[in-house]
Amino acid sequence: MTATTPPADAPEIVEVDLRDPLVAAVLAWLWPGAGHVYQRRYAKGALFMVCILGTYFFGLALADGKAVYASWTPTDRRLQYICQVFVGAPALPALVQNYRVMHDKVPLFGGLMAPPRQPVLPNAYDELASWHEDYNKLWELSTLYTLVAGLLNVLAIYDAFAGPVLPAPEEETERPPPDDEID
Amino acid sequence: MLLATTIYNQLWFLLPLVVAVSLVYGATRHELMGPILAHAWRFGLWVLAFIAVIFVVLYVLATWVV
Repeated sequence: MTATTPPADAPEIVEVDLRDPLVAAVLAWLWPGAGHVYQRRYAKGALFMVCILGTYFFGLALADGKAVYASWTPTDRRLQYICQVFVGAPALPALVQNYRVMHDKVPLFGGLMAPPRQPVLPNAYDELASWHEDYNKLWELSTLYTLVAGLLNVLAIYDAFAGPVLPAPEEETERPPPDDEID
Repeated sequence: MLLATTIYNQLWFLLPLVVAVSLVYGATRHELMGPILAHAWRFGLWVLAFIAVIFVVLYVLATWVV
């Protein structure tokens, strides 16, 4: 990357070497910020890493790692995971845990990111209901933080693939005087 | 103030989220760290102001209207 520091009032002029954008995008999905590090955009890579992973792991910790789980049973379609999985590798253990639970195997890591024990019943006190009761507001906050982290990484993936979306230059504030004033 | 007097108020969870969203959004609009931080600051204030308006409207509705 070649970046020149412009004067304060000048528009930002940057020249970004995206290297292989597809590789960068895949890396950015796998680990937030990794795509930018691959492109040698170290400052932005660090920023994305800290912000996105910080948000994700903080959210994950709020509900002891239970709010990130993959499930697609008729009574428990975990749509939030579609957003969470954009964080990449840190959310992928949920798929392994889902596979294990669905095949009657014991989940790994003490049940971290494992779906609730099946069946999840619509109007009964099942394991998912007990999680909601135990964590209360923290359950929603945990889901929100991890979900937002995934969505933020979508922006980071796009930035790794196509570079920054520079704002359009501001319109001229000084307009020429009307014709009748030009005399 | 409501926010400041309640240490364990769940609204505090908003701040790290706004900081993270602002910085990431700013970083997708600029390449250099100076403009990123300036954009993030403006965007963060805008988001907080927007949320504050919604909060006040809902608070008034919940307290006196409903």
